[in-house]
Amino acid sequence: MLTKLSPTLKTFMTLGYGFLYLPILTLIIFSFNSSRQVTVWQGFSTKWYRSLLQDEVLIKSAWVSLQVATFSASAAVVFGTLAAVVLVRLGRFKGRSFFGILTTAPLVMPEVITGLALLLLFVGLEQIIGWPKGRGILTITIAHITLCMTYVTILVRGRLSDMDRSLEEAALDLGARPLKVFMAITLPLISPALISGWLLAFALSLDDLVIASFVAGPGSSTLPMVIFSSIRFGISPQINALATIIITGVAIGVMVAGWLIHRKKY
Amino acid sequence: MAQKQKRIELQPWQDPKAKPYIHLEGVSKEFRGTLAVDDVTLSIFQGEFFSLLGPSGCGKTTILRMLAGLEMPTTGKIYIDGVDVTHRPAYDRPVNMMFQSYALFPHMTVEQNVAFGLKQERIPKLEIQERVKQALKLVQMDKLGTRQPHQLSGGQRQRVALARSLVKRPKLLLLDEPLAALDKRLREQTQFELVSIQEEVGITFILVTHDQEEAMTMSSRLGIMDHGRMRQIGTPNEIYEYPHSEYVADFIGSINKFEGRVVEDETDHILVESEEAGCELYVSHSADVPVGSQVKVAIRPEKIMIAMTPPEQKRNATKGIVKDIGYLGDVSIYHVELKSGKIVLATQPNIVRLAERPVTWDDQVYLFWRAENSIVLTA
Repeated sequence: MLTKLSPTLKTFMTLGYGFLYLPILTLIIFSFNSSRQVTVWQGFSTKWYRSLLQDEVLIKSAWVSLQVATFSASAAVVFGTLAAVVLVRLGRFKGRSFFGILTTAPLVMPEVITGLALLLLFVGLEQIIGWPKGRGILTITIAHITLCMTYVTILVRGRLSDMDRSLEEAALDLGARPLKVFMAITLPLISPALISGWLLAFALSLDDLVIASFVAGPGSSTLPMVIFSSIRFGISPQINALATIIITGVAIGVMVAGWLIHRKKY
Repeated sequence: MAQKQKRIELQPWQDPKAKPYIHLEGVSKEFRGTLAVDDVTLSIFQGEFFSLLGPSGCGKTTILRMLAGLEMPTTGKIYIDGVDVTHRPAYDRPVNMMFQSYALFPHMTVEQNVAFGLKQERIPKLEIQERVKQALKLVQMDKLGTRQPHQLSGGQRQRVALARSLVKRPKLLLLDEPLAALDKRLREQTQFELVSIQEEVGITFILVTHDQEEAMTMSSRLGIMDHGRMRQIGTPNEIYEYPHSEYVADFIGSINKFEGRVVEDETDHILVESEEAGCELYVSHSADVPVGSQVKVAIRPEKIMIAMTPPEQKRNATKGIVKDIGYLGDVSIYHVELKSGKIVLATQPNIVRLAERPVTWDDQVYLFWRAENSIVLTA
């Protein structure tokens, strides 16, 4: 049964959603504007999408961002899950709470500090062991893994501690070795957390400007970096077109993930 | 109490030469400074249905988990079929467990759940299919093999869990409060089914429960536990009729206890003088207690007879006033207050209807019982 909302509640809801989504809607509409002026509507056109395809700098940075986001989200899911399993399943080992604090610290650390610290680390490492050579996609990816892993750890940790421990014990009891238990029982049961963790990590990495600006090198500018620097010379409607494409992609991704997670009824 | 006696013609525990199938030797388990299991030695024979009974936190589940290999004992040894399994991991023991939560894998169908254990043994596919079918048939779940656990009722889940733990044909099956999640009617019905399934498959069962009725109904023998210690091991009948200690006497059913002083202790009887009971108590077994010491004599409510006229016997006979009558349908419980102020419970079957019952509130009644029905509690 649906509850009827009072007019006051409806007004607040409309205002709230309007505040969240009107700017995005405006952005999408203006991506089809034929005018150069971002704020004046002149007529429908898809020319910015076409010119976007010819803008090599933007395309290249988008490609860099996608590569970094895909790789760092995947690596963050692996490391984050390992950290969560250690924290939840290994009992009270020495230094457990310290380890717990360490894994979640990047969450509250100002990005500027994380970025600077990582930059210093990379420079120092290069001087001492000669790796990583210079700064570029590799250093951005490593930096993003550090940041994203925290979020994955928190998500998987919650899911793991909700999970009935006796499920794993039953599998052990039925003759499965610990690694098999993890692959056949634990992983499938925490998969919703893994999916949402990956998506969150992907979005965080795609979105990050501050940390990337610290650890990026020549020729490895990410999309947010390029957009941010181009805004200084005025906003091009191309950016709107690009943003529309990204929003569409994200919306499809979220819907697929939601469907994957809710399909499982347990 | 519904009593389904297990038909074990042989009673191996009475044969000193019989070899135990499961043997715990001085097993203790410590959790962060507290002893959950305290020096338990226990022998269980092949084909037995053994119950561990006790209040929550008495260590019974810990014993079960040590048998399964999910916990390792701090000290002591565990043998299964003559093999020392004390330090073997859970996946390497001929033991299966049915968990209290059933622990069915939610992402697998009923059939996949039951097949999981067999797959770990790398048994050919066809044989797995055949054995899964048999196991599901045994618990009458063969029609629902393609369902997922969340589509099943509590009773059905319980059956799947049983099939999953039986399908590997373990030497020992452990059941952790298997009926706790079912409602009363289903529980009683399932008790009988469990016993007949156990007889059919011939596997040794160890059951953990805090429900004394469940333990009495199903077990060939039971062990009463308290604070990590094994207080008494025996058949349901022995535990009920001959409890060694006050704890065991209180734990199973209700019982009247009279304090008194031993005045005679012979090989065939004990005589106890009790002011509380208002008479001399004559018990027809010896207890090896010094004359003059304080003991408690216990008698079950259903062993006490009620009469309006004084009985012939002078010992084991007292009188009091009926203070309360609890009508339970098949029996009534009479609360009789003795001269000492002690309240004695006596149950009588309701052979006649309530309206015609001769004994009523505030009546003076005589209570008496036979010497062989009372017990001296020494601990």
